[in-house]
Amino acid sequence: MQYVPQFLFILLSVVAIYFFVKKTGQIRRNILLGRDEKLTDQPAKRWRNLLLLALGQKKMFRNPLVAVMHLVIYAGFIIINLEVLEIVLDGIFGTHRLFAPPLGQLYVWFINGFEFLAVGVFTVCVIFLIRRNILKLKRFASKDLDGWPRSDANYILITEIILMGLFLKMNACDTLLQSRGYGHYAEHITGNFAFSSFLHPLLNHFSSETLVVFERICWWLHITGIFIFLNYLPYSKHLHILLAFPNAYYARLEPLGEMKNMPEIQKEVLYSMDPSSAPTTAETIAPHKFGAKDVTDLSWKNLMDAYSCTECGRCTAACPANITGKLLSPRTIMMKTRDRLEEVGKNINTNKQFADDNKTLLRDHISEEELRACTTCNACVEECPVSISPLDIILQLRRYLVMEESSAPPEWNSTFSNIENNFAPWKFSPDDRGKWAEEMV
Amino acid sequence: MQVKTMAEMMANGQTPDVLFWVGCSGSFDQRAQKITKAFATILNKVGVNYAILGKEEACTGDPARRAGNEFLFQMMAYNNIQVLNGYGIKKIVTACPHCFNILKNEYSELGGNYEVIHHTVFLQGLIDEGKIKLKEGGVFKGKKISYHDSCYLGRANNIYEAPRKVLEALDAELVEMKRCKSNGLCCGAGGAQMFKEDEPGTKRINIERTDEALATGATVIASACPFCNTMMTDGVKNREKENEVQVLDVAELVAASME
Repeated sequence: MQYVPQFLFILLSVVAIYFFVKKTGQIRRNILLGRDEKLTDQPAKRWRNLLLLALGQKKMFRNPLVAVMHLVIYAGFIIINLEVLEIVLDGIFGTHRLFAPPLGQLYVWFINGFEFLAVGVFTVCVIFLIRRNILKLKRFASKDLDGWPRSDANYILITEIILMGLFLKMNACDTLLQSRGYGHYAEHITGNFAFSSFLHPLLNHFSSETLVVFERICWWLHITGIFIFLNYLPYSKHLHILLAFPNAYYARLEPLGEMKNMPEIQKEVLYSMDPSSAPTTAETIAPHKFGAKDVTDLSWKNLMDAYSCTECGRCTAACPANITGKLLSPRTIMMKTRDRLEEVGKNINTNKQFADDNKTLLRDHISEEELRACTTCNACVEECPVSISPLDIILQLRRYLVMEESSAPPEWNSTFSNIENNFAPWKFSPDDRGKWAEEMV
Repeated sequence: MQVKTMAEMMANGQTPDVLFWVGCSGSFDQRAQKITKAFATILNKVGVNYAILGKEEACTGDPARRAGNEFLFQMMAYNNIQVLNGYGIKKIVTACPHCFNILKNEYSELGGNYEVIHHTVFLQGLIDEGKIKLKEGGVFKGKKISYHDSCYLGRANNIYEAPRKVLEALDAELVEMKRCKSNGLCCGAGGAQMFKEDEPGTKRINIERTDEALATGATVIASACPFCNTMMTDGVKNREKENEVQVLDVAELVAASME
């Protein structure tokens, strides 16, 4: 009988890790459905970006107050997870506070530190819930988040509050039982911890047997909660805690203003302008479509961007089109890309390979009106704390519209013909280009 | 004062130190022509050995590329690079951030490698070298000037300080808008929006930006891009402030303050 909890714990761990690995494998497969893009040059710069942007959260500090609060949750959550190592080992070996005897007084300092962070995480999560649901900041009240995305954000905050609460209550019960000299709790006297001891007055009137039950429930719920959270990540905007790192590493290093070249068109134009440069043997590689119509036409980095998006809406709050009431919201460009990619992924799971569903990212998810509102100002790219470029996706969809469907507003079509015929976007005679110089006095 | 073309210079066996890439707006748009003339005047006064391409210049292809027409962009780029390389151009200065961005960042992959300088950076250099001499107590001394960041200069290419340093040299009082530098709000013209109507919305982007500029109480809105200049000028007219507030390019401000 005494091995039942250990067996249950190992079973729970294996199941939780199995499902997490399975789902992340699917996400990896989905990301690799994208076109190839080489993003491995200049490793030194890339490591620097990873350290500054992901680990150091540099972009978050554009708003220092929020940055510090976010850092408390982030650092707190990561560091407290060191405690999970002890929990896991205790769970496997059926021990209790395995690290206490070898660490001695150091152990108490560690736990005090964790408790400090737990209180910090708890407090900031409460503040963030208030910001989202009561203060109704514009970027959180936006209709972009209606439905699941808004609940997703709240579930994450509430889960973190519960996990921190369980951790503190567990410690409070434990130290109370120690002071009563009860059972094996008395074997490792750690003394009271800095924050959980404030819960003692609330628990003191319970019998020691009840406290043991409380302590065990908190322990199990805490670790179960962590396993559930782990498996919730891949379905949630919270996936950014993992993907922010590779996304910063693989961020484009070129100046933001530089648009990606299309070598296939460059070649075609070159051959038509200078036929002698064209290869004599016909190229057998079938050209894929120009620009992007669906997620599989985008690059793998665009797709990783979609999974990295935490839907914070800093991009949309800075977007000149969105600010002035246009349909475009860079945040929803990313959310829709992820939605469509998940749809494609599910399709592949069911049918072994992608079975045409007569849907595409363009139009079924992102409309022409949204795409045409973009001024390519790069405000969204500049703002993103996790190195996402909504602009890159917008421009590829625009390329598809114009080059594959000849779909452009009439004004653009006349701009194109002016550029082609008069070498300027307006209908002026190219001979008059230098006329201003003649007027110089 | 004469502005020479590359063809004329070549015919006389001369080589310019720098090519002044004028751009379509600066060549044809009546308002932007004034910016072009102001910049050319400065170059002439300082005695810079420069040339323009004249009839041989053509659209860089920026609006076509950003609207999605890569074919047209590649055609324009091919022809321009042929002309530039044919003349052996090494160094280019331009008053248009869109041309600047394309020439600097996007032509290199297509075989056009040049040192490209935006005119605000060029002007800052001339001021620092003492080549531009500004009048004591110039026209803009003590005046409130608010600088509007061009996206293709700022976020796109990280040029925030050069235009500001030039304005500071005018002894003007520089007032910043709430959204400035990397937070700057677009004027609404980029990405080929200049050539079409806004999509349906509640406000035009240029009006949103103009309102912000007017809120600073500045009497001059300084721009460094001919498109921004057009958009802000329209905005000021729309708000019926054209008698109190001027929209001027950094080059125009410098030209008006030179000895």
